Amino acid sequence: MTYVKNRLRRTMMFVPGNNPAMVKDAGIYGADSIMLDLEDAVSLTEKDAARMLVFNAIKTVDFGGAEVVVRINGQDTPFYDEDVKAMVRAGVDVIRLPKTESAAMIKKLVADMEKAEEEYGVEKGSIGVMAAIESAKGVLNAPEIATATPLMMGLAVSGEDYTADMHTHRYPDGRELEFARNMVLQAARAADVYAFDTVFSNMNDTEGFYRETKYIYELGYDGKSLVNPRQIPMVNKVFNPTKDEIENALAVQNAIQEAKAKGSGVISMNGKMVDKPVVEKADRVIETAKASNLIDEEGNYIGE
Amino acid sequence: MENKVKRNLPDDLITKMNLKPFKSVVVGNPEVKRVAPKVQVTTGESKVVDSLEEVIKKTLKDGMTISFHHHFRNGDFAFNKVMDLIIKMGYQNLTLAPSSLTGVMNDTVIEAIKKGVITNITSSGMRGSLGDFVSHGGLKNPVIFRSHGNRARSIEEGEIKIDVAFLGVPNSDPAGNANGQEGDAVFGSLGYALIDSQYADKVVLLTDNIVDYPNTPASIKQTQVDYVVKVDQIGDADKIGSGATRFTKDPKELKIAQTVNQVITNSPYYKQGFSFQTGSGGAALAVTRYLRESMLKDGITASFALGGITKPTTDLLEEGLVKKIMDVQDFDKGAAASMAKNKNQQEIDASWYADPHNKGAVVNNLDVAILSALQIDTDFNVNVMTGSDGVIRGAIGGHQDAAAAKMTIITAPLVRGRNATVVPAVETVVTPGDSIDVLVTERGIAVNPRRKDLIDAFAKVPELNVVDIKELQEMAQKQVGIPKPLAYTERTVALIQYRDGTIIDTIKQVKD
Repeated sequence: MTYVKNRLRRTMMFVPGNNPAMVKDAGIYGADSIMLDLEDAVSLTEKDAARMLVFNAIKTVDFGGAEVVVRINGQDTPFYDEDVKAMVRAGVDVIRLPKTESAAMIKKLVADMEKAEEEYGVEKGSIGVMAAIESAKGVLNAPEIATATPLMMGLAVSGEDYTADMHTHRYPDGRELEFARNMVLQAARAADVYAFDTVFSNMNDTEGFYRETKYIYELGYDGKSLVNPRQIPMVNKVFNPTKDEIENALAVQNAIQEAKAKGSGVISMNGKMVDKPVVEKADRVIETAKASNLIDEEGNYIGE
Repeated sequence: MENKVKRNLPDDLITKMNLKPFKSVVVGNPEVKRVAPKVQVTTGESKVVDSLEEVIKKTLKDGMTISFHHHFRNGDFAFNKVMDLIIKMGYQNLTLAPSSLTGVMNDTVIEAIKKGVITNITSSGMRGSLGDFVSHGGLKNPVIFRSHGNRARSIEEGEIKIDVAFLGVPNSDPAGNANGQEGDAVFGSLGYALIDSQYADKVVLLTDNIVDYPNTPASIKQTQVDYVVKVDQIGDADKIGSGATRFTKDPKELKIAQTVNQVITNSPYYKQGFSFQTGSGGAALAVTRYLRESMLKDGITASFALGGITKPTTDLLEEGLVKKIMDVQDFDKGAAASMAKNKNQQEIDASWYADPHNKGAVVNNLDVAILSALQIDTDFNVNVMTGSDGVIRGAIGGHQDAAAAKMTIITAPLVRGRNATVVPAVETVVTPGDSIDVLVTERGIAVNPRRKDLIDAFAKVPELNVVDIKELQEMAQKQVGIPKPLAYTERTVALIQYRDGTIIDTIKQVKD
């Protein structure tokens, strides 16, 4: 496995690191990223067993092309050092640090990873990191956390711990998370890293799940953390570009081709100049459309 | 000798029992002759008797063949009531020929075998302690496993000659008109028992509910019945079938079900008036749900649903998405209750359902069948009979029969626990690969190479990950490794018949 900075990350599915059956089948549901959990999902008595299971799973299980992230235990726990070493040695794609509150914590993680990389002969910088923002302090320090290392893949809001820290809890309308969501997103965008929204755990409230996913999609989030594979197609549905968006993106890409053919450095469409963000947006739309089978190999729209 | 699915059959047994090895799934157009039962003429108005013992004494002799149905499943009181008396009365050398054997019958059957009361068995299947007992050599003569359609054929052609059929029913009038739809212990369709009532020399009904003459609808008719025995309670309604059917929440089963639905809706059979049969497992029920959504969206209705029926299917009937249900058996209370209410839920007997030697059985009109598997091999042969330890723990049911459908889909997870489901060679061949078209697993689908048309159709669907079945087998092997081969003795404990009565495989006694 190799860490790729830019890729589609609409869905990050949490999988308990101590459940062999779930770890083994994690790759069949089409999640863009799979997050194997060594932290909250694993009880204290199973920390070592889960680490060993996840280590072997990374080396042997077919995760179906998904990016593999491991949430290690926090730096204030006795499991942190072993977790970092084992995951570096296994060659995971991304290590996720829980309860991140400062750039220093990320710098420490990267330094520890470098040590392990050296020890086990793993290529330096071949593993990405991501930060879970779970407290008021973490939210306020999100900008420095996001820029703490060039290996930063993204930031994730963790709603449960954050709302507890804020002396509240989660409400259906999500207003209690408004500041954190926007702050983390701004920090991620400014640092050019990915932003992930928190989990929605009531599986019976389909309507609420769609409402929240649509909301964070409109804010500009790249993806959402999930606890159940059944939520994957639901997130993808929200993130699917519309027919107009796809056709427009295809037109932008055609304009680029034309400009290249003409040897022109300036790309124009309908007489207007096409800027870099527009080109990047078009690329994202086409990538998503392809992943959701909305366009065929020749680029024709085949969605409904 | 080796048969067409490369199974080595014991020559001595083949010669001694005059058996024919399996050749082909093609039935052709043979001319067959059917038998007729002996009829003891009676004209009296009432056939009601109180003493079951009296009836057994009058009808049964050593060496005879007796039959039962399994529509009460694990709520059955009829079987044990009759068999306990037969054992007590000291009968010997009986052949037991029920439509199938359920868990509640196991202890009694084992006792009867040990006491020499039962010396031969033919059944659709067996599970639990009885399967274990037989697999360890508890019964001297090999059990003959037959599918529901094959049992009907064997009875019609005289290969199974039922001397006395003991049939439990939730209602009967004094003359023997009975159905499965009214009373305390209703199970809906009497499909399997209808063959017994038609072909047994003596037909004994057992019921706890004697109703006024004439009782309609008369699934079993007075013209067929010799005795009606009144008993206290014929069955436990709560154990006949599951109550409210719950949809699975297992994401892997849902994923498989969703893929099955994509296979169906992208096949050439998915059009106005198509037909289907699903089973009763978690994935099968979920298929019905996804199929419903697709049918609503596409404005497609099915001409009929077939087979063992569950509430999700009768719901489709009520909604008008399915025009008719051809019902040989009901798996849950909802489906059983629906039969009494809905005239479009047609009770069919096992012959009409699936007898291959017929002037056309419903399975021949069937477009899509969804079936499960304990194992499937790279030749698409399916095992639904023996477990990974080689022990009998299943039933053919209608598996071989429904596979006559135009497109037969097998659903199975790639591995179960530490056992591969997709294997190089199944432990026991029950349904030949030639009648299987598509395998759906959570890691991809495989299409039988002889179905080029389906391969082409599915290649156009980006969501369908079509792979070679050998690839799936290798994936499974990579996960769980290669198991040590199972150890068997030379002794044959069971024969698996194909629908036409030929021998498709044998089961050997397991070595401990």
